[in-house]
Amino acid sequence: MNTVLAAEQVGNTALNLAIFAGFVAITMIFVLRASRTNKSAADMYTAGAAFTGRQNGIAISGDYLSAASFLGIAGAIALTGYDGFLYSVGFLVAWVVALLLVAELLRNTGRFTMADVLAFRMRERPVRTAAATSTLVVSFFYLLAQMAGAGGLVALLMNITNRGGQSLVIAAVGALMIAYVLIGGMKGTTYVQIIKAILLIGGALVMTVWVLAKYGFNFSELLGAGAANGAALEPGVKYGVSDLAKLDFISLGLALVLGTAGLPHILMRFYTVPTAKEARKSVVWAIWLIGLFYLFTLVLGYGAAALVGPETITAAPGGANSAAPLLAYELGGTWLLGLISAIAFATILAVVAGLTITASASFAHDIYASVIHKGNAPAGSEVRVARISAIVVGIIAILGGIAANGQNIAFLVALAFAVAASANLPTILYSLFWKRFNTRGCLWSIYGGLTITVVLIFFSPAVSGAKTAMFPNQDWQWFPLANPGLVSIPASFLLGYLGTITSKEHLEYKAAEMEVRSLTGAGAEGKALEH
Amino acid sequence: MTGQDKLPPPTPTEARYIAVLRSPEFQDLRRRYRRWVIPVTIAALAWYVLYVLLAAYAPDFMGELLFGNINVGLVAGFLQFITTFAITSAYVRYADKTLDPRSAKIREEMEAEGLL
Repeated sequence: MNTVLAAEQVGNTALNLAIFAGFVAITMIFVLRASRTNKSAADMYTAGAAFTGRQNGIAISGDYLSAASFLGIAGAIALTGYDGFLYSVGFLVAWVVALLLVAELLRNTGRFTMADVLAFRMRERPVRTAAATSTLVVSFFYLLAQMAGAGGLVALLMNITNRGGQSLVIAAVGALMIAYVLIGGMKGTTYVQIIKAILLIGGALVMTVWVLAKYGFNFSELLGAGAANGAALEPGVKYGVSDLAKLDFISLGLALVLGTAGLPHILMRFYTVPTAKEARKSVVWAIWLIGLFYLFTLVLGYGAAALVGPETITAAPGGANSAAPLLAYELGGTWLLGLISAIAFATILAVVAGLTITASASFAHDIYASVIHKGNAPAGSEVRVARISAIVVGIIAILGGIAANGQNIAFLVALAFAVAASANLPTILYSLFWKRFNTRGCLWSIYGGLTITVVLIFFSPAVSGAKTAMFPNQDWQWFPLANPGLVSIPASFLLGYLGTITSKEHLEYKAAEMEVRSLTGAGAEGKALEH
Repeated sequence: MTGQDKLPPPTPTEARYIAVLRSPEFQDLRRRYRRWVIPVTIAALAWYVLYVLLAAYAPDFMGELLFGNINVGLVAGFLQFITTFAITSAYVRYADKTLDPRSAKIREEMEAEGLL
């Protein structure tokens, strides 16, 4: 081991790797055990809907508390103070929409994917194609963020500073994730998420208590120490610099709060429980765990500012994303750093596995089985296609992650939320709450929302024309906001409305059936829903 | 299934669902569900938007210290957490007490008729 400490080398690479290998070994045991019952499409996608609300709730928090939440938010708070906390608030309040409007109704009317709900009373093939397209786009953005995070983390933990070495590790993470998905299906992946969530929340709790103890459990004192090192106590450091920045912040806030209930990998988790009541319990568990975790990150962020300091964080190879691991090193030395880094790795692994399942299920179930084979795919072929798509998605994620290595992960995740809020949420809400909603409204809303979001992102200062852009030396930017939500979300709602009222289609009987089912669970509870 | 002006007569299953939809019991369940979740969702989102607007346009107000280093912004942020937790608990209680028994009754009646 290289013990000659370069400025950026902290911890012990071998120890970090050993702890991470331990996590992989333990989760692999669960995944291999789950593989015995991973045969049908229902096993692969939703683990036969056999999880309890509590298990699923913990898994949801495991799916939701991504590397962006843990590393990104802690880092943002450490460097900008209060503005980083604003992410947490949006990410949490968003669950009110999921709990009250979406989770139970979705569970009652769908089976595997988001498209199930939309296809219930609309023309199946165009609607499924559209829903699968937006599912794949959201999953891709989200995967990109996680894989890019893996690159940054590797830089810090293994002291691999050259791009080639980092790319290799990103590829290894991708290969592991493909293995989890192929072997364990949704059941195996859920176990990985449960284990990861417990480790992550437990680890954050330990660090939180530790930090607070250093300040005599006086939160105010901790805030003061953080503020003395530049972590502002009031909002505005990042988003208050100009009128445009303020608008950008509001745009981001909208995307965060409306995106969650449209994230396909979260929606799919509601199908892994047998009933709407269990789906409700899942969300309740998730809200408590996620809320508590974000309170921990507040302490960790200010703690990192106070104990590590902004200069050290900015100079570290992972930049802002390294605040939490550096804080762990500051508190507990190499062991705690190794533990926290392994947990962060596990976090990335579990989230990308969940995303991969969602993307491959959407392709296999919506496009292959329903659109191409009109519901008459040869027996067993859907599962085979799902497995092949998982491999393809995994490879795309690896390549994208290598390309996006070094990008700000909290920002990339925010883009995924913007697409989810624009392309998915309007159609979900319309189809659950508006009888008249029809195929044209659905297609306009999904394709319109998706196109507007992606086009605006492409021409935004996030991609070109700014120092912090993906292509800082190019300039084709004309849209002023880095986050398109403020424009794209209302536009998508409007398009859904306009498309609906300009089309005569109104499948009254199906709408009636869907409404009765969505509220009572008739025809869905405890048994598979026939198409 | 294509868009059409006139629908053929409903199948027996569809007719059953339509009858349930129109039944006073279901309309009551639907009213009780929507009457709760829609206003609460709107209120929660409005409260969140207000918070975001304050953070963006009134940073001085948010930075005002209340006690120690705890300022208005931090308290407002915590209140967002508290309202989210409170809505969650209140909804669970409402759903358990008011919604679940009603939806279970309708579902069981439908299942007893064997028409599903």
